[in-house]
Formats: sequence, structure tokens, C-alpha cells
Amino acid sequence: MIQLKGIHKTYFGAQPLHVLKGIDLDIAEGELVSIMGASGSGKSTLLNILGILDDYDEGDYYLAGTLIKHLSETRAADYRNRMIGFIFQSFNLIAFKTAVENVELPLFYQGVGRRKRHQLAMEELEKMGLTDWATHYPNEMSGGQRQRVAIARALVTHPKIILADEPTGALDSKTGVEVMQLLKKLNSEERITTIIVTHDPNVAAQTNRIIRIKDGVIEE
Amino acid sequence: MLELIAEIWQTTKRNKLRTSLTGFAVAWGIFMLIVLLGAGNGLLNASNENNNRYVDNSMMIFGGQTSKAYDGLKEGRQVSLDDNDLQVTQSRFKQNIDKAGAIINEGGATITYGENYVSSSLQGVYPMFADVNKTKISAGRFINDIDIRDQRKVLVMPENQARELIPNNAHALLGKTVKVGDMAFTVVGLEQEDKSRMSSDVCVPFTTLKTIYNRGNRVGRIVFSFHGLKSEADNEAFEKRYRATINRQHRAAPDDEESIWIWNRFTQALQMAKGTNIIQTALWIIGLFTLLSGIVGVSNIMLITVRERTREFGIRKAIGASPASILRIIITESVVITGFFGYIGMILGILANLYMDATLGSKPIETGLFTTTVFVNPTVGIGTCVAVTIVLIIAGTIAGLVPALKAARIRPIVALMAE
Repeated sequence: MIQLKGIHKTYFGAQPLHVLKGIDLDIAEGELVSIMGASGSGKSTLLNILGILDDYDEGDYYLAGTLIKHLSETRAADYRNRMIGFIFQSFNLIAFKTAVENVELPLFYQGVGRRKRHQLAMEELEKMGLTDWATHYPNEMSGGQRQRVAIARALVTHPKIILADEPTGALDSKTGVEVMQLLKKLNSEERITTIIVTHDPNVAAQTNRIIRIKDGVIEE
Repeated sequence: MLELIAEIWQTTKRNKLRTSLTGFAVAWGIFMLIVLLGAGNGLLNASNENNNRYVDNSMMIFGGQTSKAYDGLKEGRQVSLDDNDLQVTQSRFKQNIDKAGAIINEGGATITYGENYVSSSLQGVYPMFADVNKTKISAGRFINDIDIRDQRKVLVMPENQARELIPNNAHALLGKTVKVGDMAFTVVGLEQEDKSRMSSDVCVPFTTLKTIYNRGNRVGRIVFSFHGLKSEADNEAFEKRYRATINRQHRAAPDDEESIWIWNRFTQALQMAKGTNIIQTALWIIGLFTLLSGIVGVSNIMLITVRERTREFGIRKAIGASPASILRIIITESVVITGFFGYIGMILGILANLYMDATLGSKPIETGLFTTTVFVNPTVGIGTCVAVTIVLIIAGTIAGLVPALKAARIRPIVALMAE
């Protein structure tokens, strides 16, 4: 599903920062993988490249057989929309939209009609057990509920991979466990390739495979 | 498109303060511009209306006092216009002068009908006087050529003076004989009142008045209408020629500018028009600056909006929004908001103008001697209103474009990190 070959990434600032120094990685379809590393290790950069949020300098990245390299913003947006579901630490829901409207948004960018969009979003929210909260705004919900809305938004387009950046980071331990169980369940039941970036060993321990990254290289 | 509108509606609904501030800036700009232009138009219309009371292409000539010694005569001599001058005016300037006539005044006449009397003053006029002064006859007729030829004792009276003689039915005075001092005159016409003018005189045939009051060959003032003098330079040349001719009649220096006085209503109108243009331009400049402040308001708020929403745009991009869709949403929002509030401002401006028209516009100001209106039709054409609103919308769009492009170009990871 994911194939990285010799990925290099340097940030050119006041001092050039060579963040990724040749990453080779293969992730098969249906895997539940965690990426671990200290801050500054390059794990967020790797996630951004995987999520087509950022470009890389050297190497090749194949996502579901498609080469993802030097894409235009519009193409990148389209690929993100169709292939990737994001789950962020800080949820990143749009504050002035209700739960269901947030979930509808990726479908809006796919050009799905209003009624169909609403129906699909409601189905996704139902799976998350949030039917009653559909018309609430994010600030009226608990952290766990917000993260479940975010997960529903990530799943509504039936993406090839789910990228979760510290999905439990902003949650209390009990809610964090619930969210992890949910992600595990989705992975096992719907066979969605899931990649979780975390520095929490408890979270990493629940995944099938742990990729440790240190100073821009993978040490397995 | 409907999707986009719904999207904008949602955003604005959730950001009421921001939207209302933008809206206020826009609506205020348009409103002020329209009210300002309307008020300006009202003033200008009123002044035009006041000027229209006379025929533009007419001159009135008054006698004066020489200011230069000439032909063996000292300066400071009185010059009175006489029959000769009228004759010369009529005969020597045929290519420019249509009709020439003269006016003499006789003050302090008491007009009596039965028990009632009214104090007035007489002016002896030619028939062309009615054309030049735009006299409106409400009943009967004005002085005619036969009156002049036969020195008839007839008069044309302002309606308000006629009401003093027959209070209930002024028109009944038509054809009746009234006494002017000791002499009997027949009322042949009634002049419609013009409240914007001080009280009018009673008009009698020029020749009648001249004979009765023993004016000899004096004619008082000469008045004539002219044609073919298009520019200010034409008029000046004509005046110079005319002045020289009349001055020569009175042995005054041809270039003496005080021997006779020329009141040229055409050049006066030209100057008024020039002044009007200046006022109009000034109003537009002020108005456009007001509009500019509205535009600056819009762009300012658009800038803040885009900054505030950077993270939101980052989220949208992460889940699949293309740069074009981000651009579209900002621009459309800007256009819709400026358009909507611009329209409200325009409507309010028009309403304010209508209100001005209904209050100030129709209320004459009574000075005691005459009445006048300060505002006449203080409105702006609907075309101007729409044009101004469209200009603001376009300007608002351009103002929104710069921050929108910035937002569209920003990389999603950078946007997501923004707070």
C-alpha cells in the first residue's frame, strides 16, 4: 500500500536542517502501524510526506501504486481527499460547522450532492455513536466526541489510509483508550491501513508493528 | 453556486461581528456618497431653477456716468439712454439682436377700483418684455404692438395686486376700468404670481407711460434678446462693439466702461454653469474619497478575515480543498457581503434623498419679500447609484483578492500550525 524508497527531506531555513536521511519503508494493506520517535526525530515530517501535506527532496513515494512526487497543490488536494483520512491531535474541526457538517466537508470537495452527502455523513456518525450529536457544534462536545467526529470525517470518503497524528494526545487516558479501541476495531473490521504517530508506548503497543525513527533514519 | 452561497451564509452567520463591521463600512460608504451627491444635486437644481426665470440670451443696458474725459468733455457726466440709443440698438446690430425694447419705471402709483386701492409702481414696457422675463399671463393678454402704437391706456397687473382690488375673484378685474392716480386704465391681463421674485410692477405700454409722465426722449433701460453669440469671447466682443456705438452717441470715450452698464444674462449663466461644474466635481471627489474609505474598510476586514481563517483553510486543504476552491470561497464571500450591504446602503441613501426631497425639497423658505426653495429634487439617478455600488463590489473583490491569493497559496502544514 505504501512504499517509500530513500526519502530525503531538508528544510532550508537560516540553517539547513536535514530531517529525513533516507527513509525506506513498506506498509502493506490493512496494517496497523505506529511510528515512534522523540521530538525532532523527523516523525512528523514523515507523516506530512505520507499525507501529501509536504513534498520531499529525494526518493520515491508510492501510495496505492501511484507515485506521489512534486504534485501541484490541486492534484495533492485531490489525492488527499480521495486516498487519505487525517486524524489530528487537536481534532481540527471547523468551529462554526456542526458535527455533521464537518463530516460532510470532504464529500463537498468531491462534489457530492447535498442530500447524499448528508446521508453518508449521518451513517458515519451513527457508526461512531454520535447520531444525537449531529447538529451540535464542536465546542459543545467533549474531547472524545470531537475526536470521534474527526474520525468519522476521515472515514467518510473511504480512504486508502488513515493517518493519525497523536490521536490520543489531547485526551484523558480513559477516552484515549476508547479512541484507540475504535481505531483498532476499524482496522480489523474494515481493513483500513492505519498509521499512528505517537510517543506514547502504550498506544504503540496496541499496534501490529512499531516503526522507530531516530535522527531521520528508521531503526527497527 | 447554491452550495457556495449556503457555505457563505453559514460562515457569515457564525461570524456576525465581522460580517456586520464589513457591512457597515460598505453600506456607510455608499450611503454617504448617495446622500452627498443627492444634496449637491438638490442645491444645484435649485440654483438652476432660480436662474431659469430669465431668458438666457438677453441683455439689459443701464445708463451710467462717464469715467473718462473725451471729446472736450470732462468725466463724471451722466449718461441717460434715449430714443436714439434704442433706434441704434435696433438698426445697427441686426445680425445679433432679435428684438429690442425699453423699460421705464414710475414709482408710487395708487391703483383704485371702487372702494379698494393698492399701492404699486408702473413700468412702461414693450411686448418683448414678457418673453425676456418669462412673464406668465394667467388671464387676458400682455401689452401688444397696437397698445404701443396707439398709446393705449391699458395695464397688466400681478394677480396678487388684483386680489387687493377684488378680494374674492381677482379674475373679475379683467376688462374693468381702474384708476391709476387720476387716469382711467383698462385691465387687459393678469400676471401669474411668481413667489420667488419680489413684488412685480404693473405693466403699461411704454409709449403710454412716456407720454403721460413727460419723459421726453428718455427710455430708462434698454433690453434686448440676441442670438449667435456662443462663447464668452463672442459676448465680450459684442459688448465692446455695442458699448463703443452707444458711447459715441453720447460723446463718451468708446472704451469707457462706466458710461453705460451692460447686464448680460448669458455670460452670467455661463459663469453660473462653471461654478456649478466646480461644485459638482468637488462633490464627486469628496464622494469618491468616502467610497475609498469604505473600500479600505472592506479590504482591511478581508485581510483580518483571511488571517483569522488561515487554520480553517489549512483544515479544508488537508481534507481536499484545492487552492482554487479556497480562492473562490473568499472572493465570493467578499462579493456577496459587499454586494448585499452595498445594496442596503444604496437603498438607504435613496430613501434619505427621498426624505430630503419630501421635507426640504418641497418647503419654500419665506424671506418676507420673496420665497425660494433651497433644495429642488435632491436625488441621484438610479444609474449612478447602481454604478457606484458595482464599483464598490469590484473594489471589494480586488481588495479581497490579495489576501485570498495568499491564503490559497499557503501550504496546508503551515496553515495547520497557525493559531
